[in-house]
Parts: sequence; structure tokens; C-alpha cells
Amino acid sequence: MQALVIVAHGSHLNPGASEPTFAHADTIRATGAFDEVRESFWKEEPSFREVLRTLDSEAVYVVPLFVSEGYFTERVIPRELRLDGWDVEDWDSDGTDADHVALDAADVEKTVHYCGPVGTHDAMSDVIVERARSITGRDDLTDFGLAVVGHGTERNENSAKAIHHHADRLRQSGLFAAVGAVFMDEEPAVDDVATRFETDDVVVVPLFVADGYHTREDIPEDVGLTEDYREGYDVPTAVDDVRIWYAGAVGTEPLVADVILERAADAGADVAAAIETVRERTRTDADATAGD
Amino acid sequence: MASDVAALLDAAADGIDFDGLVVEDTTYGYRFETPDVSERGIDASELAALADGDPYVANWRYWAETVGGRGTARRAFLRWIEGAGDGADGDGGGDDSRCDDSRCDDADGSERGDDPRRRLADLRDGGRIRAWGELRLRVRLTDAGAERVYDVRHRDDADADPRDLDDHRDPLDARDLVKYDDDGRYRPLSTAPSLPHGWRFVGLDGDALVDTVDFVYPATVANWHREREGRLDVTHWRETAARQTGIYDLVSDLPTDALAWATEACCADSQCLKRRAWDHDAETELDVPRGDGEFPCREPCSLFIAAAREFTQLEGEPEETYDLRLTEREFDQLGELVDAVADDRLDEIREADFDEGANRYRARYLRAKRGADLGVER
Repeated sequence: MQALVIVAHGSHLNPGASEPTFAHADTIRATGAFDEVRESFWKEEPSFREVLRTLDSEAVYVVPLFVSEGYFTERVIPRELRLDGWDVEDWDSDGTDADHVALDAADVEKTVHYCGPVGTHDAMSDVIVERARSITGRDDLTDFGLAVVGHGTERNENSAKAIHHHADRLRQSGLFAAVGAVFMDEEPAVDDVATRFETDDVVVVPLFVADGYHTREDIPEDVGLTEDYREGYDVPTAVDDVRIWYAGAVGTEPLVADVILERAADAGADVAAAIETVRERTRTDADATAGD
Repeated sequence: MASDVAALLDAAADGIDFDGLVVEDTTYGYRFETPDVSERGIDASELAALADGDPYVANWRYWAETVGGRGTARRAFLRWIEGAGDGADGDGGGDDSRCDDSRCDDADGSERGDDPRRRLADLRDGGRIRAWGELRLRVRLTDAGAERVYDVRHRDDADADPRDLDDHRDPLDARDLVKYDDDGRYRPLSTAPSLPHGWRFVGLDGDALVDTVDFVYPATVANWHREREGRLDVTHWRETAARQTGIYDLVSDLPTDALAWATEACCADSQCLKRRAWDHDAETELDVPRGDGEFPCREPCSLFIAAAREFTQLEGEPEETYDLRLTEREFDQLGELVDAVADDRLDEIREADFDEGANRYRARYLRAKRGADLGVER
């Protein structure tokens, strides 16, 4: 038997924090690719400490629904899962290319395939594109600018690396007229996003796992979509004569389920058929949304 | 799927001794015994005739094939729900656990031993009931035979009119159902005794029952099972605190006295239905009630750690003497306010009950008069 565990931050205060995790887990459950699929949280239950014992499977694929490599993926999650012999060097990553490592967990007789986070997988670039398409309702975005928004450094330099990683890839893809990385806590700042591009339209996609205070309140106000987030804003909203298409947290995009499966597949899980199903389903969903 | 009879003949070679059913293949022919039948030296066709439609054979098949999973928490929990012995072969010496649902008058009360005949009769006739935290779990036999069907609701809703309850069949629904309490407040602690009312899960099979319970009270079944088997891996406060990093690094500085106050504050049955199995360390017990819950708490949870961070910071502050002039009843009122908040009683205090120190007008009066002295001036 094989199980998938999606590990995420969760929240003691924000009931919406776990919703994307549940939604992606359900998408993957529906494919039947895993005998068991379970969500686990740092701040909610089951905790990282106790999730493995709830599973009957001998092989467990653990995929962190986190944006970047760093404190949580390198220290907290391996420690709390009791992964014997974990050494961050095993990921051999410079900050954005962690893949996977197979380890034993101390409290259960299982092999844990511990994967890199969702946010730094190359397939996440596709999700950003999908998000941009669904929010604008267009397939062709070559006249649009794209701003990928990150939180910023705080105590983790990899946080910014993940944003730049996707911005660079998308710039090279030629799908957008221009692509920029912007941040809440460092330069270049998200506040100036309307004046940073020469295009008439700019899609703003925050690389966040879930919608919360940052994506619902801070960023819309910082960008100038609204004076007060409680009053709401239109999509698009004109700011300094630029139409800003604000997408909200990319982690809520249904196609993220595909990235989770890609992580498990990279680690050896037999999920090829499920990946096809999920791509078909989540992209169809997105098209349906765009057509509304 | 093969018939019960074919499956029985298959298994008879190795012998069966399960829930009152004994089948052996001896040199003198088959032996077939149940609480109602005892035959020895019979041939295969006689065995087949006896087995066909026999409730003990059907029961054996349910546990052997539908549930399976010998030694798993899932199986042990399903056995426990119906009060079955859970020895390795299912013929263990009864079950000393109790049906502690005060409303479970259609179960057979306390200290039931495992009499398979009585158990199957109960399961045919109204079912058996267990409480698990605030959940009421019921198991019955389906009309067709030995397959079980389970349902789950809030134990307070035991006597509710089904038309007043929202029906659910998919265990995944439980995640959203239990996210908020009856007042719409987010429940960050799944085992807080604030489960909302007004719903029921019906028509669940065994797997779906266990999944539903695991979504309402995550990991409680796994830890309960480990405890029953004598292998619960308790992690005490000192070890949990020592492993914290980042903003929680400081919780190791929480004094032992303060840890006891913190467990009294956070881990009492009025706040969490888990039974605290951890202490300061293996040698230093906390002199605080552990709670009476069915399932254990094997380690301080994330909510406790987050609260402990605040408590640690509070304990790090120096005590000072304040010169504050209050009347005797004003002093008493401060205590009454703390009490009312700590016991979550503010909703119960009537608008015009001016005797009550935590009455809103009384609190506003105190603030108007003494707010400046208390640092809460409006």
C-alpha cells in the first residue's frame, strides 16, 4: 500500500488556512492513485508528530505544501516526523531544487519518501500561468505583464529564491510581455507594481499557499487596488492607468494538485495515470471558470 | 466473492475459533460448534448445510474478510465499538470497557462481557452504542446479515428527531462540519468539547466509520490502540519543549509550577477531551488531574506550545506591587470577572443581573470609575 501525506502550515487563528490542502487532497483522492491520502498540519491536526501512525500503508510519500525550502521543510517537518538520519545535504539543493529522500520514521515501521516543497517544483510555473489565464479569462497573455509576489526574506533567503526561480522561467517562456518578481518585505516592492511594467495589463499572482491576511488584506492595499480591503475591489482594477488583475494566492489553484503528484512521482510513486487525470480535470475546471 | 460456506471450508483446514464459532478439520471429520449448535464428525456437505445462513459463520466472515487487518487500530476500534473481545483471534476474554454514554439505554450498560450470542442479538435489535469524546457511535447489523452499518452523531443529539439532523454519508464532510462550533467560532483544537450539533453520518461501513472519527478527532484511534497494547510513546513536556526552535525556543524556560498551572488551564476536561498522559518528565508528575477521556494525549499539542510561549513570557516579567484603591466588593468583582471568562460563562450572565460581578453593566461601571487605575480607561 502507498499513502500520500500533504503537510502544510495550517493555523490556530485562520480557519481558511487548511482549505487549499483539503481541496488538493480531495482531487488526488478522487484519482485513487494512493490507498490513503491524509492532510497534516503544523498548527492543526493530525500533527506532523502523529500523522504517520494514522496510516496503514508501508510506503508514505510526504509532500510539503510550502512555498519555499527553508525552516519548515529543512528543520521542522523532518524533526516532527521523526525522520531518522535526515540531513538537509541529502536534498543537494541550492535553495530551489530539493527533490526527495527515502528515510525511516522512528515511531512507525514505514518508509517515508520525503519530497521537496510544492512551491519550488518547476511545474509550479505552469500553475502560475494557469492562474493568470483563469483570472483574465484569456489564453494569450503575450500583451500582459506578470508580477509574481513573494513575502520576502524574513529569516529565509530561499523564500525570495523561489519567487525569482519561477519569474525567470516564465520570462524565458515568452508567454508574457514582461515578468517581474516583487515582494512585501523587500525590494522590488509590490507597492510599485503598477509602475514597473510598460504593458496596459498586469497580472499579479502571489506565490502563497493559502489566502490569508497577506493576500486578502495587505497586498490589495499595497498594490493600490483599494484603500481598505473590507470595501473590496474589482478584477481588473485600474491603478495609475494600468489594469491590475489580482489573482489571490496561487496555492488555491486546482492545478496545484498536479504539482503535489509530480513531487510524489519524482520520488518513485506510481501515479502517472493520476497526473493525466488531474491535469485534465483541473485545467477543464479552470477553463470553465474563465468562460463564466 | 465466494459464499460464506466456501470461505468456511477453505479456512476450516487451519481451524477457526472466533466469536463463539469453532470449526476444525479432524481425522474423524469436521467439528462445528456455535452457542446454538454442536456437531462433531460431520462431512463437508453436512458442514456446508450447517454453515449456510448461520449468523456466527457470517459474523466470522465479516471480521475475517470485510474488516480484516489483524492487529490494526482500525480493527481493534471496530471490535471495541460493539463490545467484542479483541484477542488475537477475536475470542479474547471479553471487554472491560464501559458504555459511558448516559443516553445509551439501547445498549446493555456497564461492564458487559463479550457474549457473542448476546452481542449479535443486540446488533440485530437496535444496535450497540459507544461514546468517543462528544461522538455517539452506533453499530447495527444490516438487514441482509452479518455486515455492519455504523452511524455517528453528536452525543447530545442522541434523541434528536432525524428530520432535524443533516444527513452525511461521506467521511470527508466531517472536516468542514467540525471546523466551527455552534456559535460559528473556529475550533483550532479538534478535541475541545465544543463539537457542533445538528448532523449525523449514516450508512457508514467500518472503514468509513473509522475515517469519520479520524477526521473529527485526528489520531485518537491510533493512540488509543497503542495505549491498549501498552506501547503508547508518551513524550513529556521537557523533551517536547527542548526540541522547539524559532519563536517557540523559549518555552523550555517555563517554570515547573507554571507548567502545572498551564495544564490546569488548558488540559482539563472542560477544555480538551484527551486524557493527559504526559508530565514534566517521566520522573516528575504534575499534580493536576489528567482528565477522564477515553483517548490519551501523548504529547503537548501545538496549541499548548503556543499558549506556553505566552505563559513563559508572562513568567519572565518581574512581579511588582501596585498601589490600587478598591472597595472589598470591587476587589471581589475582579475575581468574578476572571472566573466568568475562564469558565466561558459570559453568555449565561443575564443583562440585568447586577449582583453578578461579570455583568456587563457592572464591568462598564468599574471601568468608568477605576479604568484609569486599571489601565483600561475608555
